Amino acid sequence: MTMTGNTGNNGRTLLRGARVLGGEPLDVLIDGERIAEVGSGLDAAGAEVVEAEGRVLLPGLVDLHTHLREPGREDSETVLTGTRAAAKGGFTAVHAMANTFPVADTAGVVEQVWRLGRESGYCDVQPVGAVTVGLEGKQLAELGAMHDSAADVRVFSDDGKCVDDAVIMRRALEYVKAFDGVVAQHAQEPRLTEGAQMNEGVVSAELGLGGWPAVAEESIIARDVLLAAHVGSRVHICHLSTAGSVELVRWAKSKGWQVTAEVTPHHLLLTDELVRSYDPVYKVNPPLRTEADVRALREALADGTIDCVATDHAPHPHEDKDCEWGAAAMGMVGLETALSVVQHTMVETGLLDWAGVAERMSGRPAAIGRLEGQGRPVAAGEPANLVLLDPDYRGSVDSACFASRSRNTPYQGRDLPGRVTHTWLRGRATVVDGKLA
Amino acid sequence: MKRHLISAADLTRDDAVLILDTAEEMARVADRPIKKLPTLRGRTVVNLFFEDSTRTRISFEAAAKRLSADVINFSAKGSSVSKGESLKDTALTLEAMGADAVVIRHPGSGAPHRLATSGWIGGSVVNAGDGTHEHPTQALLDAFTIRRRLSGGEGDLAGRRITIVGDVLHSRVARSNVYLLSTLGAEVTLVAPPTLVPVGVGAWPCEVSYDLDSVVAKSDAVMMLRVQRERMNAAFFPTEREYSRRYGLDGQRMARMPEHAVVMHPGPMNRGMEITAEVADSPRCTAVEQVANGVSIRMAVLYLLLGGAEPAVSGSLPPEAASSAPGTAARTEENE
Ligand SMILES: [Zn+2]
Repeated sequence: MTMTGNTGNNGRTLLRGARVLGGEPLDVLIDGERIAEVGSGLDAAGAEVVEAEGRVLLPGLVDLHTHLREPGREDSETVLTGTRAAAKGGFTAVHAMANTFPVADTAGVVEQVWRLGRESGYCDVQPVGAVTVGLEGKQLAELGAMHDSAADVRVFSDDGKCVDDAVIMRRALEYVKAFDGVVAQHAQEPRLTEGAQMNEGVVSAELGLGGWPAVAEESIIARDVLLAAHVGSRVHICHLSTAGSVELVRWAKSKGWQVTAEVTPHHLLLTDELVRSYDPVYKVNPPLRTEADVRALREALADGTIDCVATDHAPHPHEDKDCEWGAAAMGMVGLETALSVVQHTMVETGLLDWAGVAERMSGRPAAIGRLEGQGRPVAAGEPANLVLLDPDYRGSVDSACFASRSRNTPYQGRDLPGRVTHTWLRGRATVVDGKLA
Repeated sequence: MKRHLISAADLTRDDAVLILDTAEEMARVADRPIKKLPTLRGRTVVNLFFEDSTRTRISFEAAAKRLSADVINFSAKGSSVSKGESLKDTALTLEAMGADAVVIRHPGSGAPHRLATSGWIGGSVVNAGDGTHEHPTQALLDAFTIRRRLSGGEGDLAGRRITIVGDVLHSRVARSNVYLLSTLGAEVTLVAPPTLVPVGVGAWPCEVSYDLDSVVAKSDAVMMLRVQRERMNAAFFPTEREYSRRYGLDGQRMARMPEHAVVMHPGPMNRGMEITAEVADSPRCTAVEQVANGVSIRMAVLYLLLGGAEPAVSGSLPPEAASSAPGTAARTEENE
């Protein structure tokens, strides 16, 4: 790719008057791949200047849960288009989920994805390895080989499917201790969700769509936190969606068990009432839940019960959503709207300040994934992985402007606050003035 | 009335009474030597069936033909594109053919709603049963049958106590009936084993009971839903025998119903399962009448949705009825 943004200035960029983590305005000098200085009245000599007055500077965002679809479904996304979308959303690292074709269950596939990420240059791509061969839940994949590969896999997940066999889950949790890995569980009891189409409750009863009970998620979480405690392993819960799940994670954490959890932006904002439209753009796994669940998730993210926000960016081609509900694919794209949704649901409601957002969208996910050089403080000497946003921007979402190859956003036409203006990946601008560099 | 008929919940009391009254007029036509009206001449009605249902299709077909509409039967079941984009592709085809109304039966809940709101077609959409969601014309014909038997064929169903028994969870008939009958002022009670009542039923405008015996004696109509025997394989109930003992209607239970009360069934019946032959064949059972009433109801729905400018029925009607028909047409347009 062509690299622009830092040409003719020796790789020095001065951000003038940026509100670091939403605080008082400061100047931040990027030199090469690192932050050289943070302070007031820094000398701009020889540096390209970015006037950042009124804008908020955060460490580059880290996504623990991204579907990049390559290899196999390049019609919906590729590593290149997905990382471009990530950069536009302010991300400097994403974890690429394993449910590709072929499945990322061998060292060969994870290295391929990792290499494609390096070549893209827009965002670090950390492959997630499958827990079981072919995501079939029967036989452990070569977790050690994936860890030992160039991709250095630390996060393992059969996401899209639940590791529902208790013995397989126990073994996986134990096995990855050898290399400080973590199993990220897609908690969905399969028998309780046969034919499930949406959250089971008042709306599903009315619409006659197969119910997806909260207990299908909660029963797996309950089991898995107990298993993690029993074998002394780390477990990460993907896309928590119910108030009951929050209670279980809160309880597990109170015991001091190594349990972490994520929530998606859409579960912080949308409810199953939207399904009344039967528009498959709202069809997602786990399903949109109720207002009470949304409230519990927001509170849990604020108080730290839920560690981080993860997009579960799930691109699908138009035809997989332009059909009737039952025939449609599950999932939503989210990389390019995540920060705006978090601003809307967490910052503008007073639940989180920008430092809190940085922690939950960068610091914690990087720590859970054991990513080095990501999720670091905005301070001299740190890698210059940064996102600059304009929190005062107001506009409506237009998927025609997405860098993602897919358009399956539930926010089309919706007013959301904030806009990423710049993203830097190790000092190199990937987004400038809201456009890919 | 709206332009489409997707859910019984969309009908106001006045809409529903208008449909029932119009169906009464249509029923009178059925008693004439020439059963055909010229009302929808030149209009095209498509029966789009993604699921086998000869009974419902024939009923809609007869209704459309008696109104002189052109009828196209389109069976999409089992075709190579019966998944995914097929609904859209089919819709675009029908649009190109100039369908004025599409009567759709689909195994997926929400498909008619999607068809009506996606912009794929311009005509009216009539839900002829979608998944486990709704079957509004069935509810209308049930209400019509109840009104004829219990309320002299006019007005609404205020104060009538109607019990719906069986597989409520998977029943589109139950959902539509709960909305429509309560809109018409009836008190509806659902009776089923707890496994066959949806989570979230508390928001419905009805009561729920698990005990049939405590309800039959207070019912003006008892509607038995078809229960598939296969449900027991998914542990909804232990055995057929236990189901029919607790939730089936036999002669003994029927005898406890009030003198005037009727037994209803949307068909096809599982004799020996939810209903015994003795009950099914008794004069209190309206199953056959329901089928006949279905044609009148569907004539009324098609007529009102397609807003025929001519009176639905001309000539032999008493003046009030004849003058009400053009009025109903104007009303339909007004409320689109
Ligand atoms: Zn998942």
